[in-house]
Amino acid sequence: MDKPLTECALKLLDEEYTLDDYKGLVPRWCTGCGDNAILAAVQRLCRDEQLPPEKTVFVSGIGCSSRFPHYMHTYGFHGLHGRAMPVAEGIKMRRPDLNVFVITGDGDCCSIGTAHWIHAIRYNMNITVLMHDNGIYGLTKNQASPTSPLGITSRTTPGGTYLEPINPVSVSLGIRNVSFVAQAVDWIPEMLHDIIAEAFHHKGFSFVRILQRCPEFLDHRFDDWVQEPDWMLLLHHENGVRISPDLAKIYRNQEQHDPSDRNRAREIASTNHPMPVGVLYRDPGMPCYEDLRKPDRLYTPDIVKAAIEEEFDKFTIHPTGHPTG
Amino acid sequence: MSTQALKKEHAKKQARRPAAKKAKGPSRPDKSRRGQSGPEDTPVVTMKEHIIEIVSDSGEGAQRCGQAFGAIAARMGNGVWTAEIIPAEIQPPARSAAGASGNRIRVASHRVTNWGDEDDLIVAFNEQVLLSRLEEGELRPGCIVLLEDKWRTDNDPEIVAAFTETVERLLVDDCRVYEIPMETECLKYVPDPRRGKNMFVLGLLCGIYSLDLDIAREQIAFAFAKKDQAIIDNNILLLEAGHDWAETNLDIKFRIPPSDVSKPQIVVNGNIALGLGVMASGMEVCAMYPITPATSASHYLSEVFQNVGGVVHQAEDEIAACAFAIGSSYAGKCAVTITSGPGFALKQETIGLAVMTEIPLVVVNVQRGGPSTGLPTKVEQGDLLFACFGGHGDNPKVVMAPSDIEDCFYSMITARKIAEAFNMVVVVLSDASLASSQQPFPRPNVSEDWLAPPVDQSAVPEGAMPYDWDSRTGLARRFIPGQPNGMHCLTGLAHDRRSRVAYDPDINQEGILHRSRKLAAFQKTLKAPDVFGGDEGDLLIVGWGGTRGAIEEAIERLRADGHKVSSLHLTFLQPMPPGIKEVLERFDRVMTVESNWSDAADDDIIDEDNRRYSELAWLLRARYLVDIDCWSEVRGQPIKPGAIVRAIRERLQRKGS
Repeated sequence: MDKPLTECALKLLDEEYTLDDYKGLVPRWCTGCGDNAILAAVQRLCRDEQLPPEKTVFVSGIGCSSRFPHYMHTYGFHGLHGRAMPVAEGIKMRRPDLNVFVITGDGDCCSIGTAHWIHAIRYNMNITVLMHDNGIYGLTKNQASPTSPLGITSRTTPGGTYLEPINPVSVSLGIRNVSFVAQAVDWIPEMLHDIIAEAFHHKGFSFVRILQRCPEFLDHRFDDWVQEPDWMLLLHHENGVRISPDLAKIYRNQEQHDPSDRNRAREIASTNHPMPVGVLYRDPGMPCYEDLRKPDRLYTPDIVKAAIEEEFDKFTIHPTGHPTG
Repeated sequence: MSTQALKKEHAKKQARRPAAKKAKGPSRPDKSRRGQSGPEDTPVVTMKEHIIEIVSDSGEGAQRCGQAFGAIAARMGNGVWTAEIIPAEIQPPARSAAGASGNRIRVASHRVTNWGDEDDLIVAFNEQVLLSRLEEGELRPGCIVLLEDKWRTDNDPEIVAAFTETVERLLVDDCRVYEIPMETECLKYVPDPRRGKNMFVLGLLCGIYSLDLDIAREQIAFAFAKKDQAIIDNNILLLEAGHDWAETNLDIKFRIPPSDVSKPQIVVNGNIALGLGVMASGMEVCAMYPITPATSASHYLSEVFQNVGGVVHQAEDEIAACAFAIGSSYAGKCAVTITSGPGFALKQETIGLAVMTEIPLVVVNVQRGGPSTGLPTKVEQGDLLFACFGGHGDNPKVVMAPSDIEDCFYSMITARKIAEAFNMVVVVLSDASLASSQQPFPRPNVSEDWLAPPVDQSAVPEGAMPYDWDSRTGLARRFIPGQPNGMHCLTGLAHDRRSRVAYDPDINQEGILHRSRKLAAFQKTLKAPDVFGGDEGDLLIVGWGGTRGAIEEAIERLRADGHKVSSLHLTFLQPMPPGIKEVLERFDRVMTVESNWSDAADDDIIDEDNRRYSELAWLLRARYLVDIDCWSEVRGQPIKPGAIVRAIRERLQRKGS
């Protein structure tokens, strides 16, 4: 404040955020946890996009992944199990100037918070959602989740799970107002970053399911896919993500998929064999709830006072009574 | 009072008792008679007050008629309280006692603070809805009954029998029954008398109560402002027809002189008052989920909130509504969520999040009967302890309760200010009765001080901590996204001053201490409440919320009879204002009057070890170590002053014995 204003403006122009500017507390995730890869990709995105840390909010629920905002040096809101999305919607509604991210997990999003997830897709607010899907409850120590593969044992299913898992990508694609759905995996960091960047750039509710390894409780869930690149299906398109030549050498199973093709997106999403990675669906034309509901102008105290007077007028009576009556 | 006058008049009329009078109407309203005082043999009886009820099947417009009648009386300068009689279903079967829908209007020459005791006059569109009110004990002995006569000549003999039986029963109960050819008369003007009968009845009542027809026409034009002029004209025609019919055919005519109110008044119900209060408070987001009886506040806001830049967000559920409000508050100005009991229960974990993270939030609970779905459309004050102590762990929050319609308006402004000044949750407990009752209150002078300041986006000093609690008050500056240097991760976990998850055992202790301390600091800003009646005496009644008018009227009646009774009404229930203990100690005995459950002390199985007290009684007993008695009712309707009088008399006698 002791510097002239012009100098401050120059300083702003010069300032460049580095990766360190986005680093918060040291992560306490387990060694080998896929969350670390997601954190690195997001910090890179923030740096690449030069997001002002004070203008960026990470909202999370409860679970291993939901500790994420503590590890960012931005504003963070580590709230209740399942309720990150409505909190993020409340933020975005009044503060469209903020970059709002939601960090959630398979239990948080697809179990306790399912209603909010479905409706968040419907509201289509400009929020980037990263759903860390490891198929198991980690923080509460090893219970089956709605995305656990059929038959896996956990402490609540010692004889193996009974039900087929939910497919979060297919569910998302089933909502009429869906505007962005992608799938990423923690073991292909390059595409993970590119997909998150695509999600961030999409104006609307962008849902990214990230398959993420839990070395502690479901260590071998993705082994088949990690070890066998041909089990993967990399989606690419000039309107989606592109595959680098290096990646293309390893992952030969590719498909040029136009993200505006919702029917093909549903087909691709319907199987894990092969496991699709990339942008499945995008509709940039879907209106955002915050735009539909935004104030039509700046409401100064004078305008507000006049509007209140107008309301009072509607309900005002002028009694004709006489004090002597 | 009015009963006396009624009795006198009744006695006079005995000789030519007009019971079951079959009056013939004129073929057209006689325009030349309009504005005159009625048949020459009908004296105008001046009354201090009257309680009038209009009941019909749902959808026949009795509520609209009642509201219009109340508004016309208010425009004429009368004190008015209107209360809705609401069936639980949207379309209950026709001619069913449970389907009675309508309005009670208490009109007086003085300010009216509650819906009173029993009806002096009731208008019924069929005998079944009337029967329900009779069986509920809502008709005063000698009550005047204006009953649609078409059922007497119905084609269905069962209906005719039911009608005749009801009329006979009313006569046995000493009612004065007038059978009115409502439908026959309305058919002269409209093809479908179901639409319009209510305006004819409004005209009847204007005639009976000597209300000004010009004011009535204005009121109709106002109430139907959104409709075509043809509809307004038609309604006015029916109004005039009803008025003239009463003037020509009825031998009852009253005048209730106006009160001394002359300043402009706002006439709304409690929920609209809440909505107006939200607008005036500077809050900009109302997140809600539909629930009776809270929703009409949001209905109103949905129509007008955008005029002050506000948004009503209908969330996917109650939890999301609260979380959305918290998100809005966190990133900007304090938001409000409006609900009723079941929704309030669902929101508890989310409310706890706002408490833990110290995000300002206003939660309105328009109470209804519980538990579970309970009485969705009916009043109860059953959520006080829940509001104070709901939620797991220590949940210090402010709990306040408006006591009349005007209070509903101002409570929103006060609640927003407290929430933002102390970064706290403020729970406002209204109820189903306040929600739908109308009472004029002086038009407020709009003040810029009501509004919230702009969202602070200035830089935070480097190194400043988001929970830098003041050791004396527990207060800390709130950091809002957008403020440079304020970056932190807010968390619902126990946290330290930097908002880092607490791993150290002392930190949880410290956090709870400071959140609790804010309540103590806020308590220091409160003033001692006034005692109504005398400063000392035999019995003090303590109440809270929407029962104020009935309690104070009961106190007035008893004091007029020489009893040394007073009352104390609490707006702030948590924390409680200073000076209460001193007041309690000045009275021989103290008793709360509430609309929630309490065991009667003289019940067979009840003793001091197992008696369950009313909610405020529990609070007062715990805090002030005073032996506080209670009397309560959970009948799903507002407590009547007469019932309170009886309860107090009974307690006073018990002491004497």
